[in-house]
Amino acid sequence: MSERGAEYGWKSAAKELFTYKSGIFGITLLILLVSLSAYTITVIPYDRAVALWRGEDEVWIETPRNAKPYWFNSFGMNLPETIVRESSNVGQPGIIKVETPVAGMNTKLLHISFSFDYAFDDFPSEVNLFLSSKYNESAPLLKVYWSKPGTTEIELLTILPRSKDLRVSLSIDSLVTKRVQEYVVSILGGQPQILLSVEQALFAVEDETMNSTLTVKPLKGKYKLTLEGTLYGSDSDVDARMIVYGKVYGLAGTDHLRRDLMIALLWGTPIALAFGLTASLTISLLQLIIATISGYYGGKTDSVLQRITEGYMILPFLPFLIMIATFYRLNIWIMLLVIIGLSIFGAGVKSTRALVMQIKEYPYIEAAKAYGASSKRIVFFYIIPKILPPIVPGLISSVPGYVFLEAALSLLGLGDPYIPSWGKVIQDSYAAGALYKGHFYWVLEPASMLILTAFAFSFLGFALDKIVNPKLREV
Amino acid sequence: MAAGTFAKYVAVRAVTVFLVIVIALYLAILVANMGGYVDEIIKTNLAMEIALKYRGPQWQGYDRAEIERLVREEFELEVKLRGLDQPFLIRSIMHLRSVLTLDLGRSEYLTSDTGSRFVKNIILERLPVTVMLFTTATVLNFFIGMFIGLYLSRHHGGKLDKLFVGLTPTSVIPGWFYGIFLILIFASQLHILPYGGLVDAPPPTDQASYFLSMLKHMILPLASWIIAAFFLGGYSNRTFFLIFSTEDYVEAARAKGVPPRQIETRYILRPSLPSIVTTLALTLVNSWGGAIITERVFNWPGLGTTFYTAINLFDSGVVIGVTVIYAYLLGATVLILDILYGLIDPRIRVGQGG
Repeated sequence: MSERGAEYGWKSAAKELFTYKSGIFGITLLILLVSLSAYTITVIPYDRAVALWRGEDEVWIETPRNAKPYWFNSFGMNLPETIVRESSNVGQPGIIKVETPVAGMNTKLLHISFSFDYAFDDFPSEVNLFLSSKYNESAPLLKVYWSKPGTTEIELLTILPRSKDLRVSLSIDSLVTKRVQEYVVSILGGQPQILLSVEQALFAVEDETMNSTLTVKPLKGKYKLTLEGTLYGSDSDVDARMIVYGKVYGLAGTDHLRRDLMIALLWGTPIALAFGLTASLTISLLQLIIATISGYYGGKTDSVLQRITEGYMILPFLPFLIMIATFYRLNIWIMLLVIIGLSIFGAGVKSTRALVMQIKEYPYIEAAKAYGASSKRIVFFYIIPKILPPIVPGLISSVPGYVFLEAALSLLGLGDPYIPSWGKVIQDSYAAGALYKGHFYWVLEPASMLILTAFAFSFLGFALDKIVNPKLREV
Repeated sequence: MAAGTFAKYVAVRAVTVFLVIVIALYLAILVANMGGYVDEIIKTNLAMEIALKYRGPQWQGYDRAEIERLVREEFELEVKLRGLDQPFLIRSIMHLRSVLTLDLGRSEYLTSDTGSRFVKNIILERLPVTVMLFTTATVLNFFIGMFIGLYLSRHHGGKLDKLFVGLTPTSVIPGWFYGIFLILIFASQLHILPYGGLVDAPPPTDQASYFLSMLKHMILPLASWIIAAFFLGGYSNRTFFLIFSTEDYVEAARAKGVPPRQIETRYILRPSLPSIVTTLALTLVNSWGGAIITERVFNWPGLGTTFYTAINLFDSGVVIGVTVIYAYLLGATVLILDILYGLIDPRIRVGQGG
């Protein structure tokens, strides 16, 4: 086959591919996925992705837990966004920080207040206060007040920040919880039917709807959180940061550890493509070589290779793989090697060998033998190129199988511990009971990515199959 | 062909299959013991346990050297009792021999529902649960694929046929994956079917409602497997039948005026039966082994779940036991199919050459 002929063959095959709807569909999806991978790798380098996914340096401290994607709000919902106010950032509207020295004493009075508008139809998911304090003599004494639109302030708690950085989780602080429950009782004039959570009580419309978590509604308007304190020593200072966590975040939402799912969705793409393609390509090529050697040489070699192949068919693949993965805690690339090792003598060897048996008798092979070509040359330059095209569709179609295999292993908790992959997101969501709690976006996002990848390869493979095996076109 | 050659063929196949099982099981033993590393873990645990035992207040008056001697003695006894004093190579071969004779031994941690520590009892309790679900799924898939295949091959080129062919690539998605969607729709959203498990909690007391509850829990896993195989099963059967229906002898029968029904049953179905049966048998056996993930998604308390639990507890006994059962089932199926094939189709018999 001349080079020109080969070129023409590929070109015409590519042209033909676009005459099939499934071919166009598969190619489009594949181009999309490949460009997404390229984008991901350049924008978020690998080390950065791993660090982000492990949540190093508390990078996710400002994102809400289990937040839905931002665009949920375009579908008639009005879910709260996260509100951050920082006292060191005085330029921001609604932030006041005043320190007044007390005459004749080495103390200062501190006043910090954050006011913000709240106009959402749901309650925030959490309210946290972060304090960073600086002092030499004794720790400052701080009081936290809360005021709702149109009501008087209530005192939430008193803090004595003994450490430099302190996180006060208002939503789970036991003193705040007690204080807030008392407040609810004082409004209702009795115990509520179902106890409200702290953030519900802090943001509720103050009437009989506070009686239960089922009826309570958020009050819209201007809220204010105030910190009043005494600082001891002229160089002491306190800065505060208030975060009212919302229920929506980013394009993809977040998981139970506040991580942006977008990172896993993006990084899952190159991983899935690389894993699936490498596995499929290596396994197909190795099987092809084994089958060709077995078919061409015949005799003892053939029978040994065929017995090994039959042996592999009896080997329980998945139990073995799971066993190895569990006992040796593999990373994703070693896992790939194990999968390849467990599949090289697979069923593909038998069918390809049958093809080789036919081709072996072709005149051009006879001719090659006649002018003294070595067996090695015949196998690698005359037979393998000839049987390569028929196995390409199978190669492409088997990619999704390996992508799903990786996802399945992740689902069993056997995935690579560092790399964020789609399977791992599904495993996280499953372990955290996302389906029970109704966090559907968490499952559906990685699942849709998996489906897109699977469809890209299977539709493409299906179209290629029709081109390479014209017999299928007739029936 | 002479009967002797056939006997030789069967013997060769049987020996090959058996050899493969032996190798596979030995590999399983090596992996599940981490090449002897698990022995070291057990020994360390033993040493710690015994040392702790002799630290109690009742030993306070004893001489330190005396206690050390007692600890050493008891440790050696315990090690000998478990056979851990032998090198791992010998232990692994002894293990292989007992496993091959289906003497599966005892588990380290897992127990059966009746409280038995015998691996055999644990497996015998779980295997029926798996077989029940996945055999039903495979058999249903088989018949659905058959009927759709026949229907489409009769009407090939029609609208429905084109739709089926177009949707075939969707079958790359495995059953467990559809399972997640089904749970999302029918359990999470509509609340009409359970999330998973074998029966309701608490289990119904009378047999009829127990059975009904089990059926209800089987709907979603069954549906997930049926959806996953629906298009591909129909398509591959259709293509298979179509290829057979273009054979010369079918054309000849048609030319002779044999009625279409008869052509279908006698001229197409019958000759394609061997390969259909092979596919069915292998799918069946594989379904029992490959169902680990589906069982995990649906919390189905079958062999797959047991295997998974055992692996996470490093319970080598159970892991090897389950692998043994899989290997034997697969080996037996392949051997039986080979023999049947040899009997039915003379072209396949060994000795004929490629």
